[in-house]
Amino acid sequence: MVNIGKSVVIKGELSGSEDLTIEGHVEGRIDLKDNVLTIGPNGKIKAEVFARSVVVLGEVTGNVTASEKVDIRDNGSVDGDIASPRVAIAEGAHFRGSVDMQRIAGKTGQPGQPGKPATTPQTQPQPAQQGQKVGA
Amino acid sequence: MAESTRSLSDLFGILGPRRVTDAAPASEVPAATSGEPSYPTKALQKFLSHMQSSEGPLLLDLGPVVGGNVTFFGEQLGCRLRVEDVAKDIDQHVKSGTLDKLPEFFAKRFTERQGTVDGILCWDVLDYLDRPAAQALATALAASLKPNGCLLGFFSTADSPEAVYTKYVVVDDSTLRYRTYPASRPRQRTLLNGDIIKLFKDLRVTDSFLMKSKLREMLFRKPAPRF
Repeated sequence: MVNIGKSVVIKGELSGSEDLTIEGHVEGRIDLKDNVLTIGPNGKIKAEVFARSVVVLGEVTGNVTASEKVDIRDNGSVDGDIASPRVAIAEGAHFRGSVDMQRIAGKTGQPGQPGKPATTPQTQPQPAQQGQKVGA
Repeated sequence: MAESTRSLSDLFGILGPRRVTDAAPASEVPAATSGEPSYPTKALQKFLSHMQSSEGPLLLDLGPVVGGNVTFFGEQLGCRLRVEDVAKDIDQHVKSGTLDKLPEFFAKRFTERQGTVDGILCWDVLDYLDRPAAQALATALAASLKPNGCLLGFFSTADSPEAVYTKYVVVDDSTLRYRTYPASRPRQRTLLNGDIIKLFKDLRVTDSFLMKSKLREMLFRKPAPRF
């Protein structure tokens, strides 16, 4: 399990092959298609997110695609479209966007093009680069 | 035959609601785990069975986000659900003192292309609008529906001075839990059957149920074009 701390800001593409918890800020794209991504209570994400499961306790702005489940917990916030076969939104969570539960694992479409055929991200998973600060 | 049935339903719609009363009083409905009141619903089941005939339907939910409902509709229909919280729109316009701009706002509110939505969960949002805003919203919704698309609307039959909205939490296809929360304005005047039919003049009333909860549940369908 990898943690990205509160003070860390990442701009660019983040991909990996292990579970990840983000408490910092990430802008760009997050690709953890075989793993669990947790956005902690302090985490702020402005990104397209692809993961096996996504747990949101912080803020996400951008489309979220998960092959298993998206779980927005109490006080979690998502502004964007969700595509996942299972979605749980807790009472007190904020959500604005659409939910697409018809897609199944391995058939996730590109966010922003709801209902379009699947397009699997081409990038190979790389180890998460903790604390990496990429120029905007 | 189907056409004649539809016409008969329309006639009932024009003459007044089909007074189908909910058989089980609220107390007989299986107790909700949270202790909130639960009420029977007749129209939801019909709405669902209509939606099940479409594959991966697109649904518009005009109520606030209710996690349980997202899961319920997703699992029942394998649908794409867009949540468009109209109560939030009303609150924002009340706060900014721009209620008179609501008709223009609703005319441009929905981003879906016309004729692409399979079903709309309108709930009771029209009760909170003045006539011009309600008309603008109803027109925009009717335009967004596909031919044969379906709209579920609830209309209060009793005045209520309380400024509260109601979240309709789906327990199962025949039971709803009513959960109230503060609103910036109370329900406006009670809409009569004729008013509702005029609002949705491009749709046909297929079912109307007068419930013991003083709610009229109505199901509308957009007629397919005749060639």
